[in-house]
Amino acid sequence: MQPIQQIRSRTVVLPFTNIDTDQIIPARFLRTTTRAGLGKQLFADWRYSTDGAIKPEFALNRPEAAGCAVLVAGHNFGCGSSREHAPWALLDYGFRAVISTAIADIFRSNSLKNGLLPIEVDAPTGQWLLEHPGAEVTIDLQTTTLRLPDGTAVEFPVERFARYCLLNGTDELGFLISTEREISTYEQALRP
Amino acid sequence: MTALSTAARAASGVGNLKTMFQKVWEQHEVVAETPDTPAVLYVDRHLIHEVTSPQAFTVLRERGLTVRRPERTLATIDHSSPTRSDQIFGGVPIAIESAAKQIAQLQKNCAEFGVELLDLKSDQRGIVHIIGPELGFTLPGQTIVCGDSHTSTHGAFGALAFGIGTTEVGQVLATQCLLQRRPRTFAINVHGALSPGVTAKDLILSIIGEIGIGGGTGYVLEYRGAVMRSLSMEERMTVCNMSIEGGARAGMIAPDETTYSYLRMRPRAPKGASWERALAHWRSLASDPGAKFDREITLDGGRFEPMITYGTNPGMVMAVSGSIPERRDDPVFDKALAYMGLTAGAPIGGQPVNVVFIGSCTNGRLSDLRSAAQLLRGHHIARGVRALVVPGSQQVKQAAEAEGLDRIFIDAGAEWRESGCSMCIGMNGDTVASGEYSISTSNRNFEGRQGPGARTLLASPLTAAASAVRGRVTDPRDFING
Repeated sequence: MQPIQQIRSRTVVLPFTNIDTDQIIPARFLRTTTRAGLGKQLFADWRYSTDGAIKPEFALNRPEAAGCAVLVAGHNFGCGSSREHAPWALLDYGFRAVISTAIADIFRSNSLKNGLLPIEVDAPTGQWLLEHPGAEVTIDLQTTTLRLPDGTAVEFPVERFARYCLLNGTDELGFLISTEREISTYEQALRP
Repeated sequence: MTALSTAARAASGVGNLKTMFQKVWEQHEVVAETPDTPAVLYVDRHLIHEVTSPQAFTVLRERGLTVRRPERTLATIDHSSPTRSDQIFGGVPIAIESAAKQIAQLQKNCAEFGVELLDLKSDQRGIVHIIGPELGFTLPGQTIVCGDSHTSTHGAFGALAFGIGTTEVGQVLATQCLLQRRPRTFAINVHGALSPGVTAKDLILSIIGEIGIGGGTGYVLEYRGAVMRSLSMEERMTVCNMSIEGGARAGMIAPDETTYSYLRMRPRAPKGASWERALAHWRSLASDPGAKFDREITLDGGRFEPMITYGTNPGMVMAVSGSIPERRDDPVFDKALAYMGLTAGAPIGGQPVNVVFIGSCTNGRLSDLRSAAQLLRGHHIARGVRALVVPGSQQVKQAAEAEGLDRIFIDAGAEWRESGCSMCIGMNGDTVASGEYSISTSNRNFEGRQGPGARTLLASPLTAAASAVRGRVTDPRDFING
C-alpha cells in the first residue's frame, strides 16, 4: 500500500446520493481472480454506452477530469455490496480520496485497507464541493484537514489506527499477526 | 488498556445491563479496543465463495501464510455458478469462461489450503447465507463473517454476522481475527401482528422505507417486538438479510424456542451434552431488560402492507396498492424514475412486467417457494412473461421437489433451476434485458443490478407470484381474498 501524506488535486463531482458499489463497478466485472486493471471498468454503465462507446457528457469522461485524484459524491457513497473491487477500481483509475457527507461502512473499511482515503465532511462543505466541480483541494492526513481553494480548513475524522497505517503505508495483517499470543490464549479458553 | 475498555463499556451500557450485541462482542474480544487501536475480534465462522476470496488466497501465498483454523471456514460456489443442470451435472462446460475460471480457482485454493468446499456437485451446495443456517454451521452467539454484505442474514440466530471485504477475508484466513471498532446499537421494535398477505419481505422493506437506506450506517440493528417473535426462522432470515439495505452491517434477533427447534438435529449443530451446554449459553444471549440502545424506534406491524420498490435503491419503496410518490426539485429522484421509466403520482399496480425472479438469499428458502407455489397452483403465468424460480440451495431444491413444488412452477410456465445467486446479481448470465421490468424477490434494485439497463421491482414471493399470473404488478391480496 502506498503511504498517503498529502493529496493535492482538482475534484471530479458526481452529484448523486446513494451511489452504490454496483454503480462503481458492475457485478459482471467481478468474475476475475486478480485485483489489477479494474480502473477501466470503473462506473462502466455510466461511462460507456451499451455498445462500448464513451458517453462524453459523463463527468469522468470530460477533459477536465483527467488527472484528478479526488472524487466528490453525494450522501451515502459506496452503499450496497461489500465488493472490494470498488476501491480497487477507484484506485486503479487514479483516485486517492473520496469525499461525501456520508460513506457506507463496508466501503469505508475496504477503502482504508487499500490506501483510498474516505473523507466525510459536514453538509455545508459537502454542498459547496458538489457545486464547485474542479475545485483545487488539499488533503493533509497528518493534520486530518481538507483545505478548500479559499484557504478554509475543514477537519475530517479518520479512525486512528487506519490513519497510522495509511501514513506509513503499512497494512493491518502484520499487526494482527503480532497478536498471535493473545489469539492463542483466547483459542485455548474456547469451549470445544 | 483494561481500564479504558472498562470505561468504554460503562459508558455504553447502563450498569451491568447489556444488549445482545454487547454480550456477543465482549465474548469475542481477543484484545479490547483502545483509542489507538481497534479491538481484535475473534471470528467463529467464516464462509467464503468464489468471487471475493481469490485475491485473499493470493495474499496468503505472497506472504507464505497458512489458514490458521481451516475447520472454521466453509467454502461454496454460488455467485457465478450456472443454474442450468447440464452445466453442473451433465458434463456441459460452464458457458461463461471467466466464471469457470473463478470456480476452478476456488477449488484449487481450497485444496491447497485445506478448506472444506461444498463443490459444484455437492448436494449441500447453495447460497452461502442459505447453507450456513440449514447445515447448523450458523449458531447463536457466534461471530460470523463472509465476503458478502448479506452475511447479516445469520443475525437471525442471535449471531453477530457481517459482510467484509477481500482484504479482511485474508485476515480471517490467516489469523481467525478481524480489527473492528465497536459499532453503535439500534433497536427496531415492531409491535402488533402482520395482516394476511403481508410477509417478512414486506416487513423489512417497510422498515427500510422508514429508516432510509443510510439510516443504519454505523449501527448493529436488533429487531425486537411481538412481530419478530412470531416469525419463523426463515422469515427472520429474510428480515436480517436486508439489514445492509438500511446501511447496517449487521442485524440481530434474539434466539428463542423457534431458533432452538430449527437448529436441533441440523447436521453441524452440537449434539448431546454439547447441545445442552450450548443451549444454556444461548439462553443467556438476549438483551437484558432495560439495556440501553444508542437509538430506538417503534413501529406498528399491523399497519404494514404488501410492499414494492419503484426506484433504484431499496429505500424507494411503497405499498403495492399505492401511487408512486412525487417529489419536487429532486434531480436524483427524477433520475431514478427516468431510469425506471415510471411516472410520479401514478399507481404501481397494473405496471406490466417482463420477468419474474423468485429466489436469492433473501427469499430463496423452502417457505418462500411454498408461498409462491401456493399462489401459482392452478394458474398459468401471463403470456410473454418469463419466470425463473431458483432455489437457494440444493437442499431447498430437493425438499421442494419432494413436495411437488417444482411441478407447480413448471406447470405454471416457470423455469425451475439449480441453486445459486442467479438473477439477483446476474453474474452467471441469468440476466434481465435492458429496459425490461423484473419483479424480483431479491434484495437490490440498483441500476443494472440484474443486467445493464434492467429495471427491478423488489417484492415478496407472494407479490411476485401474483404479478406473474397477471403479467402486471398485482397486490397478492387480490388472490388471497378472492
